[in-house]
Amino acid sequence: MELTSHNLKSNVKDALGNEQLQKALSNVPKGFIDKRAKAAAALDEFEALRDKGREIKDHTLANLDLYLEAYEQKVIENGGHVHWAKTAEDARRIALEICQKHNAKTVTKGKSMITEEVELNEHLLENGIEPVETDLGEYIIQLRNEKPSHIIAPAIHLNQGQIEEDFRRVHTHLDDDRDMSEPETLLAEAREVLRKRYFEADVGFTGANFLVAETGSSVIVTNEGNGDLTQTLGKVHVVMASIEKVVPTLADCSQILRILARSATGQDMSVYTTFSTGPKREKDPDGPEEYHVILLDNGRSDMLGTEFEEMLRCIRCGACINHCPVYHSIGGHAYGSIYPGPMGSVLTPSLAGVEKAGTLPNASTFCGRCESVCPMRIPLPKMMRHWREREFEQHLQPKAARYGLALWAYFAKRPKLYRALVSFAMPALCLLGGTSKRISSLPLASGWTKHRELPAPERRTFMQAWAQREALKQEAK
Amino acid sequence: MSDTRASVLSDIKNSLSKKAPDAERAKAVAERLSGRPTGIIPKRGQLKQSERVDLFAEMATKVHSSVVRVKSYEDVPASVGQYLREHNLPAELIMGSDRRLAKAKWAEEKNLTIKKGPSDGHDLVGVSHAKAGIAETGTLLLASGSENPTTINFLADHHIVVIAAKDIKGDMETAWSSLNKKKDQVEMPRAVNFITGPSRSGDIEQKLLLGAHGPRALQIVIVG
Amino acid sequence: MSENNNPKVGLFVTCLVDLFRPNVGFSAVELLEAAGCVVDVPRAQTCCGQPAYNSGDKADTKEMAKQVLDAFSEFDFVVAPSGSCAAMIKKHYPEVFEDEPEMQAKFKALSEKTYELVSFLTDVMFITQSPGEYSGSVTYHDSCSGLRELGVKEQPRKLLKNMDGVEVREMNDSEVCCGFGGTFCVKYSDISNAMVSKKTQNIDDSGADMLLAGDMGCLMNMAGKLKRQGSKTQVRHVAEVLAGKLDGKPISGE
Repeated sequence: MELTSHNLKSNVKDALGNEQLQKALSNVPKGFIDKRAKAAAALDEFEALRDKGREIKDHTLANLDLYLEAYEQKVIENGGHVHWAKTAEDARRIALEICQKHNAKTVTKGKSMITEEVELNEHLLENGIEPVETDLGEYIIQLRNEKPSHIIAPAIHLNQGQIEEDFRRVHTHLDDDRDMSEPETLLAEAREVLRKRYFEADVGFTGANFLVAETGSSVIVTNEGNGDLTQTLGKVHVVMASIEKVVPTLADCSQILRILARSATGQDMSVYTTFSTGPKREKDPDGPEEYHVILLDNGRSDMLGTEFEEMLRCIRCGACINHCPVYHSIGGHAYGSIYPGPMGSVLTPSLAGVEKAGTLPNASTFCGRCESVCPMRIPLPKMMRHWREREFEQHLQPKAARYGLALWAYFAKRPKLYRALVSFAMPALCLLGGTSKRISSLPLASGWTKHRELPAPERRTFMQAWAQREALKQEAK
Repeated sequence: MSDTRASVLSDIKNSLSKKAPDAERAKAVAERLSGRPTGIIPKRGQLKQSERVDLFAEMATKVHSSVVRVKSYEDVPASVGQYLREHNLPAELIMGSDRRLAKAKWAEEKNLTIKKGPSDGHDLVGVSHAKAGIAETGTLLLASGSENPTTINFLADHHIVVIAAKDIKGDMETAWSSLNKKKDQVEMPRAVNFITGPSRSGDIEQKLLLGAHGPRALQIVIVG
Repeated sequence: MSENNNPKVGLFVTCLVDLFRPNVGFSAVELLEAAGCVVDVPRAQTCCGQPAYNSGDKADTKEMAKQVLDAFSEFDFVVAPSGSCAAMIKKHYPEVFEDEPEMQAKFKALSEKTYELVSFLTDVMFITQSPGEYSGSVTYHDSCSGLRELGVKEQPRKLLKNMDGVEVREMNDSEVCCGFGGTFCVKYSDISNAMVSKKTQNIDDSGADMLLAGDMGCLMNMAGKLKRQGSKTQVRHVAEVLAGKLDGKPISGE
């Protein structure tokens, strides 16, 4: 997984200075927050379903090996193939082998974060196979050679004008003078261009929102219908999914479906929820001739049994991202990982190592809005704090921050010394405030004073004033 | 490859070592898979038949499906014919071999050309029969097979789905049982499509646009 | 409890109130005393340890937590004029000691008796009228910890609305973080600035004369930005208005 998370600060600077991006980001809260709130409020059982979802996933994770075995057995019974991948590299290799076996020239792809995680497109291209993203957002960013900036809305950082430019640049077979002023025209153009690609493709790749152990089905949840065309029209359907996607039964899956779309886009249900169970049957007029599932671990089994296990409940709805004020300010690319926002700040260090992605769990105010909307009740701030603990243990934080903290803690643990220090420092701070009674620049606190004033303290601390009040009381007695 | 399988599974097992003993876990899993406990069923859909159909129509309309109701299968061809005329569509459609659809007297719709089989992407209008409906969300459940080829669900510009009123269930869980072959055992066709409205995308500045890659319009004909 | 009607309350002052605005502490004392509490302020308090906790320094957090436990052992209630510090004691201390069941039990007991000031007044002391007097329009920012960890939302608004002459003008997105986040605002000052800039826009748009909240950290952040932008909006801790102690310097400065 390509990461630029270590460059977070410069990424942030770029993002904040990018007017077009800032305008696009202003749509994010408008587009998602009210809709989710309304959808959640309209279903009496919503909160109870969140508890239920958590319970189902916790039960599944506690028995993950057994459910994966049960799932595998069902897929095989249905005539499908199951491949196990320990690493991203394994997954890429298996995917390529399947394509090569079928002499694939082009493959279509439904929207899948897992194939982003293993960088499947890059690998196929290197081996002479053209991957075609078919989700509108993914198609657009593929044209731009970009990564998704949101897990369910990959092109949310772009505006209509930019998309028009890309279409004009790439769709050279179309009339230069065509009117593209309406978003509907852009959509229609992409629809037409991609229609052909589904039929040309030899293999269709999709991810999975769920894998159902009871039936051996893979489930995709979409709005456009591209995932279905991808998996129905190719000769071969390859599902790539990480191991924690498994749920026990259709009933369990149904429970979680009720909170997935509502949390994601505020829909009661996404338009298409498709359960795929093996290849084309004997009397079927359509469907793929082969059905493969690549089960990817890539660090997840290591998360089990640790303080990060609960992250494996994540169903990738994006609610935490949609509600995150940090994301609203900097967008997805600044995180330097394909998993942005709070879920990414927990997951990315798990997958790539905290030494590479440690900035992410630090770039949070712990405002808790993510946890408050997470359908699976994942304690995201708590887990970001766990990453900070790991960093602290491994001395990964910048020296100045570590020494500063240690010095402060030294005094804070010694109330008498602390009092003495404070009474000593107070006049100095007051002096800095000068006549304006505010501090506009302060050594060691430039992060604060760069953007805001620091109110100058008053002459005495509360504790000093309180001691005096108590003394006066005593005297009065 | 089998080595990878073994190593993934053993890594999981090792990570889970602090949890319950293996025998206990195996029992819990077997019970869950055979018992298939039902979870929370929204009260919203728990209505008597006629109200359930009303709720289904209401929810489907909310997600931009259009809904008409006819008395019997005999009325279906006329309803479809009317839809085609109203939308200035040519008198052509494609459908599978669904028996209930086949029984309707399509010959009475003069000039209507009916193609049978899966779609090759050149069909403006497709007609399918749903296996069930889900009132809580206005969702259709379609099962793949020669009766109702999956390609019709996604390739036609206008998708007309016929559903028997009695097949409209209150909730997802009850709808699943319409796929039961043996007692209490769901038999999955290759593909089950839950369809809730026509295709759409929000990928351009989060504006809701209908007709992304699948049908631009979804017409539901409720029979009975 | 000492007596049913006169519970003994230990005030957890919080370091920012102690250092920057003692008036907030005295306002809290007045409100508590007016509600019938007997208030004392243990000398052996410094900080709840949240900066250490959120920096991943668990060992120091534990020591500071134990210090708080000892300092407040004799009280019926521990009350802080801060949702953030109160949540640290109430929600996070028991979490910190997950690996020490015996200590955890003690911290659970401490948790039970710890409250954020305004919610303590309304939910425990059943106060509906505050003693202060103030006339003017105010807007209230919901600080994250108070709101999401302790459920402080309606309580301050209820008391403010019950004051004659106070008009509460809701700002947009009052529940969205102001960008303070403890050390975050220094470590990621540019993101923090983007967040607080949206907040001050909403504050300005509300048209209120005064910004209130229940946490010094957030207040200092918003006040500092408003001041830098040249805004005239006065910034105060909600306790100051409820107590009518407006003689002290506002957080926004003079």
